[in-house]
Amino acid sequence: MAGYVTRRVLIMVLMLLVLTFAVFVLFNLLPADVARLTCGKTCTPQTLEANRIKLGLDQPVIMQFWYFFKGLFVGREYYGGPTPIECPAPCLGYSFQRNELVTTLIAQRLPATIWLALGAFAFWMVGGISLGIYSALRRGKWQDKTVMGVSLIGYSLPSFFLGLVMIYLVIIQLKLLPFPRYVSPFENPVQFFQAMLLPWIVLAILYAAFYMRLTRSQMLDAMGEDFIRTARAKGLPERTVIGRHALRAGLTPIVTAAGLDLAGLLGGAIITEALFSLPGIGSLALSAVVNPDQPIIVGTVLITAAFIIIANLIVDLLYAAIDPRVRLA
Amino acid sequence: MSFLEVSNLQVSFPTEDGIVHAVDGVSFSVERGKVLAVVGESGSGKSVTSQAVMGLLNRKATKISGSVVLDGQDLLAMDDKDVRKLRGGKMAMIFQDPLSSLHPYYRISKQLVEAVRVHQNVSTSDARKQAIAMLDQVGIPAPERRIDDYPHQLSGGMRQRVMIAMALLNNPSLLIADEPTTALDVTVQAQIIELIQHIQQVSDAAIIFITHDLGVVAEIAHDVLVMYAGRIVEYAPVETLYGQPQMPYTLGLMASIPRLDRDPDVRLDPIPGNPPSLINLPSGCSFNPRCTFSDQVLDGRCSVDLPDLLPAGEGHLVRCHLPIDTRKAISVQTLAALNGSVL
Amino acid sequence: MTTPLLQVEDLKMHFPVKSRGLFRRVVGQVRAVDGITLHINSGETLGLVGESGCGKSTAGRSIMRLLSPTGGKVILDGVDITNLSRREMVPHRRTAQMIFQDPYSALNPRHTVGSIIGAPFIVQKVKPVGGVRKEVQELMARVGLNPEHYNRYPNEFSGGQRQRIGIARALALKPKLIVCDEPVSALDVSIQAQVINLLQDLQQDFGLAYLFVAHDLSVVRQISHRISVMYLGHIMETASRDVLYSAPQHPYTHALMSAVPVPNPQLAGKRERIMLQGDLPSPINPPKGCVFNTRCFAAQERCRVEVPELIEVTPGHQVACHFPITESLGTTLITGPDPGLTEQPDNAPDSPNAAATNAVFEAGAEPWAQRQS
Repeated sequence: MAGYVTRRVLIMVLMLLVLTFAVFVLFNLLPADVARLTCGKTCTPQTLEANRIKLGLDQPVIMQFWYFFKGLFVGREYYGGPTPIECPAPCLGYSFQRNELVTTLIAQRLPATIWLALGAFAFWMVGGISLGIYSALRRGKWQDKTVMGVSLIGYSLPSFFLGLVMIYLVIIQLKLLPFPRYVSPFENPVQFFQAMLLPWIVLAILYAAFYMRLTRSQMLDAMGEDFIRTARAKGLPERTVIGRHALRAGLTPIVTAAGLDLAGLLGGAIITEALFSLPGIGSLALSAVVNPDQPIIVGTVLITAAFIIIANLIVDLLYAAIDPRVRLA
Repeated sequence: MSFLEVSNLQVSFPTEDGIVHAVDGVSFSVERGKVLAVVGESGSGKSVTSQAVMGLLNRKATKISGSVVLDGQDLLAMDDKDVRKLRGGKMAMIFQDPLSSLHPYYRISKQLVEAVRVHQNVSTSDARKQAIAMLDQVGIPAPERRIDDYPHQLSGGMRQRVMIAMALLNNPSLLIADEPTTALDVTVQAQIIELIQHIQQVSDAAIIFITHDLGVVAEIAHDVLVMYAGRIVEYAPVETLYGQPQMPYTLGLMASIPRLDRDPDVRLDPIPGNPPSLINLPSGCSFNPRCTFSDQVLDGRCSVDLPDLLPAGEGHLVRCHLPIDTRKAISVQTLAALNGSVL
Repeated sequence: MTTPLLQVEDLKMHFPVKSRGLFRRVVGQVRAVDGITLHINSGETLGLVGESGCGKSTAGRSIMRLLSPTGGKVILDGVDITNLSRREMVPHRRTAQMIFQDPYSALNPRHTVGSIIGAPFIVQKVKPVGGVRKEVQELMARVGLNPEHYNRYPNEFSGGQRQRIGIARALALKPKLIVCDEPVSALDVSIQAQVINLLQDLQQDFGLAYLFVAHDLSVVRQISHRISVMYLGHIMETASRDVLYSAPQHPYTHALMSAVPVPNPQLAGKRERIMLQGDLPSPINPPKGCVFNTRCFAAQERCRVEVPELIEVTPGHQVACHFPITESLGTTLITGPDPGLTEQPDNAPDSPNAAATNAVFEAGAEPWAQRQS
């Protein structure tokens, strides 16, 4: 097992490396001139050249990557202004537009994103799985059809639309909640919940739809298994048959999907964050795209990718916890 | 009244293609200490019958009628909840494929302890002791260690022993074994058959043994019930069934199976055609399109009237329009032909 | 002496087992087939029989070169095909074809029956006289399918009919050998006989040879001329049908024979059973010496040390055993229509049979150990 984990971690590191390179090259080889984009309207050839040197764009790409890569592990210095800017490891870059280290920016934005992701995750897992089970047990009945119909709608609604409708109804029309203004839950829990409730619900609806369908089909498959018949033949109450035997058997794909979805959200829910003006990674990335800021884009993409790769590892290890056949094979 | 008395059991369920008449008017009885074998091919209704007895069919999706009286209680008239309390207690079941019938993610111990505790008010550790004792009784070596294995860590034969142990935990008086040796190798099959015979001797349970294998039936059964397309076509004590089978379907089976006690140079004599669809059964006798003797019945009755299951000898019931003397004659002829003699 | 159609010498098929550790080292080999030698003459059927995990299907697949053997030789119709590449194998596929156990998964559900059976013509670029369609329809008629069903899909056929489709496809190129991998074990008993008879008829008509891989000893007896018994990757015994079933010499063959249920209630309880103790050992770590020694009632010290060679004991009868059984073991065998058991009075509880039966239930007792002492 230890050997297996080590191998997986090594593969993971390798994947991150390749990914870093790919992201870096991608954003450097774009036809757009990054230096030009950072230069603004009153651009003179002199500022352009200065920017180019500031961003290290005068170097060959491979050297640029090397500096970037080195920065990840040992840190680096940027010589943009009068004093060199210290960027300690892991250095994801420096935004000259904002005059901030990318890591600092991300660290500031991370809590909102984490709260958003965790809250929505809890909502959709509980809602999606229980409705999925309910639907599977009433297969073919009107309850099943209703749940599946609703999930189809939830599945196909774009998040901006759902978010806007929510804001309009709940905040503007019914005035049930104030306009969202994010604060840390440790500062003002009430305001935190007021700000987070709607984004949680919006994200949860979008994701729950998928989990309802997944859980339903998993349950239906599991309920047809021979060992479910055995469980019934033992005289177990239906509750135990479903909760302990069927659900456990159908859990694996749900865990996989949940791990990856959560990781994806930790990289920022761009539209939801923007809609509800949450200061998360998604809105950071969005602003970096709207107002081109290459180091931030590279940084956020890398963070998201890292979350997903790590989640992948965790999910695989969870497999072994769920299925003893994986553990011993 | 017998210990288990099934009368006029009918099971049908709707599908997209139409209504499947899985079991149609099945009646039989089993005494304690006896083994009734139910023989038939896929789609004969043998498994559905057993599941109806155990109350394992979904009552909402299936139409069940008739009566299943176990020790004086009509299971079909009882609440689901009350039948559940009998399942795994008074009546237990063993299935065909022990690998897929055990939960792959739980240890044997958990699956056995659960089976004890649902029927007995005992602590987990007591239940575990009972489970270990039972594993020992069904011939699992080092049961106190093996009990903590996962199903996939055991061999096929061991897994089936675990399934049998699980069924026996609450000392059932009716044991239904649904093709318990079909998925096993021949040497393991022999062990499991001996084990079931041993159980039958020491426990005095009534056993229903469902199989398609006429060889296994001969080893284990006291009475045999042959099913075809959801109906009983022949019902006889085992010696009678093999000594003088009378229904052309049973005869067809006897003539078509390769067996060690027939001359291998004599060709097999297969039943022509394929089993009928349960949605669209042939009119009259369901076997008539495949029957090589139906032309001996006058007026083409076979394709018009469904013959009744009528007495044909001591404890012997046959569903066939052929006159009894003709049936006896073709029986003798068919059995002799297995070894190349032409009478 | 004529050369056999198929000659297999010391064929080995090992599969590497990799660790889950850091470097995924190869930590062992699954010795699925570990040195088998057999031959099949034109027009004859060799039954390859054994229990699950004995390597019989792997043997069939390596002989067909669906796998690349680890060692040994496969000589098909005079050509050594052991190390031919996939492409080099193509012309030889006309000599040998295969049919499979599961008639449901062996046919592509999206192709019509006509195109399934006709596929070999396309692959081998053969243009039959009168066209592919006519030839395919003739094949369909020959195997008992309605040629008008040419454009139907496999799911419209029953299990037995699908097996006929598989047989027609295998026949298309007029092969000399067909490897049949458990061709009837997924079928209902009333259908099994139809397929067995069909295979026998086709053998007569086309002079086919079969390698008939199966676990059912009664079925194998019905169709085979000669039979090889496999256990844990090795051939234990090869003999003509009558010799194997009436005078086997390997203890494993005896155990197998004694376990076959016979549809005769008068024999029930009167036959002696040789109960094999314990489980099949792992093919990753097979026992030293004779692979069967851990479960053999006749095993002695030598069996745990020295691997027995497959030796010819009488012409055509080969046994891999240090201590072959040359005298009757009592009532373990059913040798024909009259096994001589039906006339015996009911056995008293102290008969050897009853003793053997009871001993099985006393933990760890070995009936055969008692018998020999």
